[in-house]
Amino acid sequence: MTRLLILGGGTAGTVIANKLRRKHSREDLRITVVDRDDAHRYQPGYLLLPFGRRDGTRALTRSRHRALAPGIEMVSGEIDRVLPAENVVLLGDGRRLTYDHLVIATGTTPRPDQTPGMDGPLWKKKIFDFYSFDGAVDLRRAWRDFHRGRLVVHIVDTPIKCPVAPMEFTFLADADLRRRGARSRVDITYVTPLSGAFTKPVASEHLGSMLDARGIHLEPDFLVEHIDDETSELVSYDDRRIPFDMLVTVPLNMGADFIARSGLGDELNYVPVDQGTLRATGYDNIYAVGDAGNIPTSKAGSVAHFAAEVFTENFSAMLRGQPEKARFDGHANCFIESGSGKALLIDFNYTEEPLPGRYPLSRIGPMRLLGESRINHWGKLAFRWIYWHVLLPGRPIPLPARKPTSESKTHSQLKDVTK
Amino acid sequence: MTTTTIGDREIHVDAEGFLTDPEEWDAELAEKLAAQIGIEMTVRHWEAIRLVRSDFQSQHESPTVRRVSMLTGIPIKDLFTLFPAKPAKKMAYIAGVPKPRGCV
Repeated sequence: MTRLLILGGGTAGTVIANKLRRKHSREDLRITVVDRDDAHRYQPGYLLLPFGRRDGTRALTRSRHRALAPGIEMVSGEIDRVLPAENVVLLGDGRRLTYDHLVIATGTTPRPDQTPGMDGPLWKKKIFDFYSFDGAVDLRRAWRDFHRGRLVVHIVDTPIKCPVAPMEFTFLADADLRRRGARSRVDITYVTPLSGAFTKPVASEHLGSMLDARGIHLEPDFLVEHIDDETSELVSYDDRRIPFDMLVTVPLNMGADFIARSGLGDELNYVPVDQGTLRATGYDNIYAVGDAGNIPTSKAGSVAHFAAEVFTENFSAMLRGQPEKARFDGHANCFIESGSGKALLIDFNYTEEPLPGRYPLSRIGPMRLLGESRINHWGKLAFRWIYWHVLLPGRPIPLPARKPTSESKTHSQLKDVTK
Repeated sequence: MTTTTIGDREIHVDAEGFLTDPEEWDAELAEKLAAQIGIEMTVRHWEAIRLVRSDFQSQHESPTVRRVSMLTGIPIKDLFTLFPAKPAKKMAYIAGVPKPRGCV
């Protein structure tokens, strides 16, 4: 019997466990998932929380273990470290878990403690984040009382989880202030370490012009050194200062600390992996899937899900003694809320830019790529149901794991994932 | 792909002037590339540039400012002084490695 140990019961970990449980008997494969808590959050929902008229928190949380199929063991505990030479994971309370294969799927976490002045006296008074459940709830409270002054939306550094979310937040804030008749009393500035609104040139240009059209200032190439909590200013390494009355920041994103303690991480605790197979560099039986790895594509649920499909395909082949043929191409797609009930959709991978078009099929799909439409907004809302009921249980989704490039390839890939 | 002439040499570059063939790089060229963007190379500059090159060779990815700082021990603030405004991009340009993706 093969023992598979999965660290993290989030999107990637849950999809992998459920997919493999469907494919392999309990006699052949033992699957164990470790997590520190039992709250699986629907993280895309954080974005809309501050603007909702109703308290939408309940719909965002389910039990982690109940999202796992019968026959998957769930272990609750803090991970202390991985001992790769012994094929052992040590938990904080001293328990030792042995494995034949290890999947690290512990994601990425916002770390306000990494920027001096961020989690000091202004934290949750003037400085907020919406990348944590508690952060989004606190921001919802403060946002309702914010009617005038300088709103600064800010990204500390890349990579971040869901790289378009800060832009979406900005669009939604703009729309909400207009609805309340307060837009003229609020200055909005978007501060980014990138040279433009987004990493990919075509989308960057498009999103940049959407900022312009809404009267939002863009401050590019800004790498924050510290926050001056006496003057309420962001201060960059090259001594630019940006004052704020409300700062909505995306703190530095980092992988889990146990990855550093295990000697498996890079400077931000992400596990270096092969881009195609997601196998950790230098190890045969360790993988990092989802946000925990260092692949050069978005850290996003869509990527975690597509990558999990590629991983399970290869892992199943390996268990059956067949060659591991699947290769991940970095496929990401994201709905981008643009305010007033509209959204855009972008679709890209390691090598291809997001371009205008239609999705999932390049000419006939219902979703317009890089264009604002109401159907995209409803697509985004409908996705929560799909996430809980189709994606997490590991049921086949008729979307290709690899980015569709041409009509013919698209059809063959669609058959691949639905069979 | 286009070519450009730096000093008396013809090199292959992308649309923004980043070298596309790392083999064409040498220390002399680096000094000239640096001069193109108004930087006079010092020992400290070289410390960063050597790291960028060796890191690219092992990781196949141009390093971020944070990574260069961690691996060389040069504070990020100093990297902004050595390579003003856009240190990651300028270091990559001088070191003859691709423009950093700024990671998505």
